[in-house]
Amino acid sequence: MTDDNRRNEQLARIARNNMGEAAADVPSEPIGLADPKISARGVNVFYGAKQAIKDVSIDVGMDNVVAFIGPSGCGKSTFLRTLNRMNDTIPIARVEGDIRLDGEDIYSPKMDVVQLRARVGMVFQKPNPFPKSIYDNVAYGPRIHGLASGKAELDEIVERSLQRAGLWNEVSDRLSDSGTALSGGQQQRLCIARAIAVDPEVILMDEPCSALDPIATAKIEELIHALRGQYAIVIVTHNMQQAARVSQRTAFFHLGTLVEYGKTSEIFTNPREEKTKDYITGRYG
Amino acid sequence: MAGAGLLFLVLGLGLIAWITGRARAAAFVKADRTNLNSLPSYHGWYMALFAVVPPLLFLAVWGAIVPALQTDMVLSAPAAQALPMDGFARASILSEARAIASGAQDTAFQPMAEQFVPLYRAAIAHYNWIAVAATVLLLFAGGTYAFTRLKPDFRARTKVERVVMGALLTASLIAIVTTIGIVASLIFETVRFFQMVNPIEFLFGATWNPQSTVTPGGDNGFGAIPLFWGTVFIGAIIAMIVAIPLGLMSAVYLTQYARPAVRKWMKPILEILAGVPTVVYGYFAALTIAPALRDFAAAVGIPGASSESALAAGVVMGVMIIPFVSSMADDSIAAVPNSMRDGSLAMGSTKSETIKKVLIPAALPGVVGGVLLAVSRAIGETMIVVMAAGLTANMTANPFASVTTVTVQIVQLLTGDQEFDSPKTLAAFALGLVLFIVTLLLNLVALRVVKRYREAYE
Repeated sequence: MTDDNRRNEQLARIARNNMGEAAADVPSEPIGLADPKISARGVNVFYGAKQAIKDVSIDVGMDNVVAFIGPSGCGKSTFLRTLNRMNDTIPIARVEGDIRLDGEDIYSPKMDVVQLRARVGMVFQKPNPFPKSIYDNVAYGPRIHGLASGKAELDEIVERSLQRAGLWNEVSDRLSDSGTALSGGQQQRLCIARAIAVDPEVILMDEPCSALDPIATAKIEELIHALRGQYAIVIVTHNMQQAARVSQRTAFFHLGTLVEYGKTSEIFTNPREEKTKDYITGRYG
Repeated sequence: MAGAGLLFLVLGLGLIAWITGRARAAAFVKADRTNLNSLPSYHGWYMALFAVVPPLLFLAVWGAIVPALQTDMVLSAPAAQALPMDGFARASILSEARAIASGAQDTAFQPMAEQFVPLYRAAIAHYNWIAVAATVLLLFAGGTYAFTRLKPDFRARTKVERVVMGALLTASLIAIVTTIGIVASLIFETVRFFQMVNPIEFLFGATWNPQSTVTPGGDNGFGAIPLFWGTVFIGAIIAMIVAIPLGLMSAVYLTQYARPAVRKWMKPILEILAGVPTVVYGYFAALTIAPALRDFAAAVGIPGASSESALAAGVVMGVMIIPFVSSMADDSIAAVPNSMRDGSLAMGSTKSETIKKVLIPAALPGVVGGVLLAVSRAIGETMIVVMAAGLTANMTANPFASVTTVTVQIVQLLTGDQEFDSPKTLAAFALGLVLFIVTLLLNLVALRVVKRYREAYE
């Protein structure tokens, strides 16, 4: 029990430190937000006959980082991928329920999935830069969506995106090198730069640090701090320390259901649900 | 008794050796409950191998040298003094006598052969006895030696495994040795050819009209450039213009768009195309495509249209190559990690943008490797061009005209009555060597490209 307490205290301290000045901004109501960026209600996801997500409702605001935590196979990544319809690429996946981005139903036939994904960017578990130059990797999205009217403007977008991703200083003199030649952590920041180059409103991160060493992880976490407020950020992580460090709100998933959603500091200090408590104290998962 | 009978004797005794060895090993176990190092059957195999392999090797060597020994014995008889001195006449009489003696022939056409028949009979019988005696002796010596080595802790299994490994090694060496032999014969005959015809004329000459006799230093019509051009024009240009887009697009459809159910039946059908005998394609090219193209060319007024056109052969060859390009492209597109595709889709690109800008560039080295392999196959292809491409060596870029290829000319040079050492025949070897070198280089480059690409993703 003393171990549990010490662990709890540690997580809560991390969460409190991280909240700091931002704590006051976070509304106390756990699911509904006054002005949600993304609003999901009654979402079910099926893979064939198997139900992976059961009746999940959640709001994501613009001004904070939301972490999805939970044991492996709990559906947190699946749910994340419903938010930009990446589950469409899996033929047997089927999504039910209502997910709105700025009040627009993203699963309505009128929604253009290409436009949606330009607004809701994604960073994957394993860094997946294209086998192109660093420049072309970042310029990929702007070129596809016609965001730059000329070479100069494209250069500017690439530079700005790399700067925001904290990679500019490391790669500014070798933009024509292959993106796959970078280190793992640099590749992941390149993928973040690539995602923000199309100027999305939301960035989804699916365990972005699970393939990285602690130093690269720290850089990504710093980056998430820096990006907070400019984009709504949702991060899936199996590392609770990381959830406590980077997020203001945390959602705990278990067996496809959303068990608890609230301020990160509260989830880690004073969870309402027994299951959450068991999980964050390391009793299972 | 010779040949088959002896072979059965050896194998029968080998079986007995196997049973003996096995029984001996089984007896060890019964006698003092010791643990055998190897199962009894391995002891049996050990003994059988020792009994059978030396006699078989002996018989193989014996079969090669015994005719000479028999002939020597016949020639040492006094009657041999009467043989003509001319080598050819002498050999034909002897070989006829041998054929009658061994029962392959009934009556002699050369009266003199008759008198050597009894001599040959005696010689054959004499050496047969030696063969049987030596075989049986070797067999028993080997079997006995093996039998004395059998002990409970004898590692029969390791020894037998080693023999098995040796057999496998021999099997793989046979293919390699054969290849080396073929290349050596190509090189040897090519050198002979180049002693008659200047290599410069052969490689850079522009007229192909080979003559049976050559005048040193003169133009003998052995300029192979028109053949090289025809081969490249049909195999590497026209066929690839057909095969690359169709193969690539079908690969993209099959990997990216086709539902699994569609892919399941479409891919095998496409692969059946690769199994169609090339002679069938040749028929198709010569009887259907070529006349249709000639009529078309005549209708639109293209000059020089021939009923044996480069286009007909090239198009059909391209169709034949589609499955190769398609399956290589399919493999390399499928080898691009899914995360790459997801990354592009998540950027908001459409499926076709993802294919164009990410998947195909990432798969390109594999596709290029596939295309190079396809080219090397196309330029070595013979049947289609023999039937549809024509025989006249033409330096033309008109696809409706008749051109000829290296393979067609090799067939031409080697069919019909030809003296084996005439420059026309030897030219076929020189052409074959050039073709071999080109396809070898293409294969090497292609495999290297594909390999480097595979390393990048694993």
